[in-house]
This record gives sequence, C-alpha cells and structure tokens, in this order.
Amino acid sequence: MIQIKNLHATVDGKKILNGINLEVNKGEVHAIMGPNGSGKSTLANVLAGHEGYEVTDGEVIFNGKDLLEMSPEDRAREGMFLAFQYPIEIPGISNSVFLKTAIDEIRKYKGEEEISAKDFLALIKEKAKILEMDNSLVSRSVNSGFSGGEKKRNEILQMLMLNPALALLDETDSGLDIDALKIVSKGVNVFRSENNGVIMVTHYQRLLDYIVPDFVHVLYKGQIIKSGDKNLALELEEKGYDWLKNGELETA
Amino acid sequence: MGTENKELKEWYKDQFVKFEKRLNGHSKSFMQKYRVESLKKFDEFELPNMKNEEWKYTNVRPIFKHNFRPAVLAEKVEVTRQLVDKKLYKQFDCNVMVFVNGQFEPAFSKLDCLPEGVLVDSLEKVLHIIPELVENKITKLSATENSFNALNGAFALDGAFIYVPAGKIVEKPIQVLFLGGSKTDDVLIQPRNLIIAEESAQVSVIANYQPIDSDKYFTNIITEVYAGKNSIIDLYKIQNEGSESYHVEKMDVHQDETSVFSHYSLSFGGSIVRNDVNSTLDGEHIECNLFGLYLGNNDQHVDNHTFIDHAKPNCVSNELYKGILDGKSRGVFNGKVMVREDAQKTLAYQSNKTVLLSDHSRIDTKPQLEIFADDVKCSHGATVGHLDDQAYFYIRSRGVPSDIAKSMLIRAFVSDVFEKIKITELRDQINRLIFEHLQRVEI
Ligand SMILES: Nc1ncnc2c1ncn2[C@@H]1O[C@H](COP(=O)(O)OP(=O)(O)OP(=O)(O)O)[C@@H](O)[C@H]1O
Ligand SMILES: [Mg+2]
Repeated sequence: MIQIKNLHATVDGKKILNGINLEVNKGEVHAIMGPNGSGKSTLANVLAGHEGYEVTDGEVIFNGKDLLEMSPEDRAREGMFLAFQYPIEIPGISNSVFLKTAIDEIRKYKGEEEISAKDFLALIKEKAKILEMDNSLVSRSVNSGFSGGEKKRNEILQMLMLNPALALLDETDSGLDIDALKIVSKGVNVFRSENNGVIMVTHYQRLLDYIVPDFVHVLYKGQIIKSGDKNLALELEEKGYDWLKNGELETA
Repeated sequence: MGTENKELKEWYKDQFVKFEKRLNGHSKSFMQKYRVESLKKFDEFELPNMKNEEWKYTNVRPIFKHNFRPAVLAEKVEVTRQLVDKKLYKQFDCNVMVFVNGQFEPAFSKLDCLPEGVLVDSLEKVLHIIPELVENKITKLSATENSFNALNGAFALDGAFIYVPAGKIVEKPIQVLFLGGSKTDDVLIQPRNLIIAEESAQVSVIANYQPIDSDKYFTNIITEVYAGKNSIIDLYKIQNEGSESYHVEKMDVHQDETSVFSHYSLSFGGSIVRNDVNSTLDGEHIECNLFGLYLGNNDQHVDNHTFIDHAKPNCVSNELYKGILDGKSRGVFNGKVMVREDAQKTLAYQSNKTVLLSDHSRIDTKPQLEIFADDVKCSHGATVGHLDDQAYFYIRSRGVPSDIAKSMLIRAFVSDVFEKIKITELRDQINRLIFEHLQRVEI
C-alpha cells in the first residue's frame, strides 16, 4: 500500500531523515520506536505533507501514486491519516462541523455524495461509543479545552470517522491512563482490517500488548537501524537502545 | 494646508448659518448655546493631524478635504420598508428605531411594547418636550476635544434617546438602524445618541450603521452613556458602512457604582473608521467590558481608541480587541487604562490581537497602562501574527481544502470575542458578515 524508498528530509536546512526505507501492506501494523529526537514525528509529518519539512531525496508511493506530489488535503482524500502527537485546538469549530466537513470533502474527491446529517449523527454516535466518549465532547469545539488524554481519544475518533487506508499514530498512547489506553487500543483494533494499514509510533512496549504489531522498527538518527517482529519491542524494553546505537556506529 | 483648512472651516460656518435659520425659535435654548460654542471651537481647533499623538497613525485629511453637506440641509432621502427590513438584524424580537441620514423615521420604527416610564425617542423631539431630561446629562458628559467633536456639537440635532428610569428592565433589545447616503449630496450625518440607565435599570442596545446605497458620506457620531448605580447596559455597535464612507464615533461612558457596562464594537465597513470609547469608572465595584472585532480589507483604515479610567477602588475592566486585516488595510489600536491613586484593588485586563492575512496589511498597536495605585492587578498584551501554520496543516490533513481551512482558522481566531455576544441569534449574522467582508467561504 505504501512504499517509502530512501527518504531524506530536512527542516531549516537540518538533516532529520537520512534514507528511510519502509513498506507497509494492507492488513499490517508496524510499530516505530526510537529515542527522542530520532525523527519519528518528522517521518509522520513528511508523509502527511507538512510543508515545514523539505524532502531532499527519495520517493513515496501510496496506492500506486506519487505521494510527495500531493497536497496534505489530497493525501487525506487518498486515505492517509495522521493522529498528531500534539493535537491542535480549534476553538469555535465544533467536532461535528469539523468532521462532517472533512468527510464531505473526502467524499466529494471520490465523486460521492455528501453524507446526510442523519447518517453522520448515527456514525459519530457509533464511533464515540466505541471510544466511550461523552456526547458533550463530540459537540464541543475541536480539542478546545480537552485534557491531554481526551485529545488523543479525539484523534482516534477522527480516524474512525474518516476510515483511512493508512493510519499514522504518533504517540497516541502517551499521556493516557491505563483505562484510556485500553479504550484507545480497542478503537485501533476495531479499525484494523485486511483493507488498511497502521504505522504507530510509540515509546512503550505496553501499547504493543494491546495492539499487537506485525513488525517493529527502530528509528535512530533518521534511519531504520533495526527491524523485527513484536519480540524486538520486548528486547528494547529490557536493554534500551544503546546496544543498537553501537551496532549502528560499527556498520557506519 | 493652512488655506485649505480655512476654506473648510468657512464651508462649515456657512452651513451653520443655514442650519440656524432652520432652527428658528430655539436660539435661547441651552442646546443652541452649546451649538454656537461648539462651532466656535471648531473654528479654533487645529484639524486632527498625524503630528498629534492621538492621530499619529490615522490620516483624516481625506475627510476634511471634502465639503460634506449636513444632511438636514440636503434633499431628504426616502427609503422603502423593504430596504429597512433588509438592513435590520433579525431572528430575535426587538424594539426598532430607524434614522435616515441622522433623522428619526417614526414610520419605520417599532417601539410599542416598552415598560412604563421608559422613553425611547428621537433626541430632537425630547429636546422639544422635556429639555431638562437632556440638559442635566448632556453637557456634563462629553467634552469637546477635537474638530470632530466640535463639528458634531455644532450641528447636534437628532439621535437616539434612550432613557430607562430606576428599576426598569427593558427585556427586548433596542435596535437602532442608522442608514446613510444620498444620490444628490455627499452628506454629513451626525447622530447624537444619549443612553441613560438609572439605578438598577437594564437595557440592551444594538447600534446598526449601514449605507442606503454606495454613495459617499460621512458619519460623525457622539454617543453618551450614563450607567447609574447597579445598572446593566449592553451596547452592540455593528458598523458596516459603505466602502466609500467615513465613520467617526466618540463614545463617552460614565459609570456609577456597581454598574456593568459591556460594549461590543464590531467594525466591518467604511473607508476611514475611527472609534473612540472612553469609560469613567466613577464608583466602587464597577464592571466595564470592552470587546472589539475589527475587519479590514482593500484600502480600509480602522482605528480603535479606548480609554478606561479607573477612578475608584474595587473595579474590574476587561478589554479584548481582535482584528483581521487583509488586502492593503491598516489597523490601529490604542488602548489606555488609567488606574488612579484612589483606585486600589483594581483588576484591569487588556488584550489586543491581530492577524494579518496579507503581506500588505498592517497594524499599529499601542497598549498604555498608567498605574498610580499600588495594590492592583493589571495585565496587557498585544500580538500580531499570521494564521497558525500548525493548525492550518492539522485541518488540511483531514482532507479539508486550504480555503475552508483558512476560514476555520479565522473563525477560531475570533471565537473568544464571538462568544461574548450575548444575543446568540446575532452570532450567525455576524459570522456571515465576517466572511462576506473578507470574501472567503463561510464556515
Ligand atoms: N521545525 C523544526 N525546526 C527545527 N528542528 C526541528 C523541527 N522539527 C523537528 N526538528 C528536530 O528534528 C529532530 C527530530 O524530531 P522529531 O520530532 O521527528 O523526533 P521524534 O523522534 O518524534 O522525538 P520524540 O520521541 O521526542 O517525539 C529533533 O532534533 C528536532 O529538534
Ligand atoms: Mg515525536
């Protein structure tokens, strides 16, 4: 579904991504781990089309199309979704207006009809229920005055509503209490299917107990320096990153 | 420039002679004395210019380069009921006063269900029948400080007069529509508004300024507000004058103890706009709220000056002004808060934020705090910026196109001022004006 080849990116002239290679197929969940500042959010932002980052080399093919040519909105319409590490507050725009606008724009792009108000309400009710979100949160302004955990939950609500082909979850587990972690994981597991893929960035093995990944990758200094299955995460939990960093230096 | 000014002054003095003839029989009234004094001051004053600190960023020469004809001396403009209906803000029940080029039009007004003792009428009429009601208030309040004030004073004749006696509550807002412009003359429209709420009275007023058509005209207003002890006054000003017009208003507010005065200044139209709002907090436990929203596009110039005078202890003032400037428009914000020696335990908050939507728009902002008491909490801040990049990306990353994303950010930016508007039915209509004015998709 997505092929990332030799992706290099800079911000303000500073090299952050230094040749990322990654392929995600339908039905797969990939976890990306790595120390602070290694470039995980940068990768997610570059894929979603953030204009603050400059791609200096490499290519990304998404569902057969050149992803890097597309505007952020077109990427979303093609099925890309990024759950932000730090979700943005938009006072004055209600969650429902925001989501209905997004759904309708995506539908319009695909040549489909707008969703009816009735269907929309039924849909948001269904998805909010999975995430045990209160109706009042749904009608409030987007993330405005939400607690950290509520914001993360709201990102997953958006994911469920937009039903993307590829979901990039950037530290969606950070800042969640145990119960919220379970609820959010449930949301992701409900979403997972043979027709979509997930890339999730996390620092904690704990999340992977709830959302079991098919692959685990370690990102360090803008490169994937190790890939493995879910056991790699257990190993990282035990040993930290140092043993890998040294390995990387040796091969360098 | 000297001779230019002289010619201009001669023009208005000439107009005054004609005006006086119209007013026969009232030469001895206090009002006529006031007019004559005002004209004298107009003659003496130097016209406002950019060397003066109060006018540093606002060039009003275009206004004074033009000979406007006082509307009472121009041909009367007839308007239709359809036009009046089109211009009123709707979806809520209200009392209505209509002024056309500064003159009250009782036929279009609707003032039939006011509580007993409440007087809402044309100032001109009130001056005829109960001049003492005006006399006791009017001269005390608004000082004649510059040429605009003097010009208004010289021709002061009509305007909205709203008097709410002690203990009375006017439930429905009073919407005052001021329509301006004429095909035959470039008219000078000078409403003189007076709002008096006595002890524990409550009233909500919407001052709605709009053009009849696309003519050039100049609206020069003085509004005086007297908020008696424990009274509550909400005053919405929705300025959406024609793009060729000039608009200047000085509002002077006098607040007595425990009164609450809230002003919502929503500024959309006009070519050169200057709003002065001054409030004197002359008693304890007063609340003064000044909220503002100013939009600029094309070549518009919008200047907001506010002055909050904390004269007594234990009062609160809240000021929040937000602006969005596009095209080559310019904004000015000058917010002065004075906390006098006596005004201990004052809480004074002031914030001015502006978003520049184009590289050619500009704002000059100047918050001024002058504090002479030691036990006070005051804060002020001014920011100027662009729409938030990260939020813009966030919205687009959900599939929303860039134009709608920008509209959402504009809506988000104004939301805190917006939510202060208590007449919720007004919000949708204000929302429409915002996006119409910026020529963007409404959200
Ligand atoms: N806009 C920016 N300007 C300057 N430097 C940036 C910018 N964005 C990211 N960086 C830098 O790029 C590097 C990678 O940042 P990134 O946010 O991708 O790390 P991360 O792996 O997500 O870290 P964390 O685990 O802390 O979230 C960091 O050194 C960061 O400071
Ligand atoms: Mg990160």
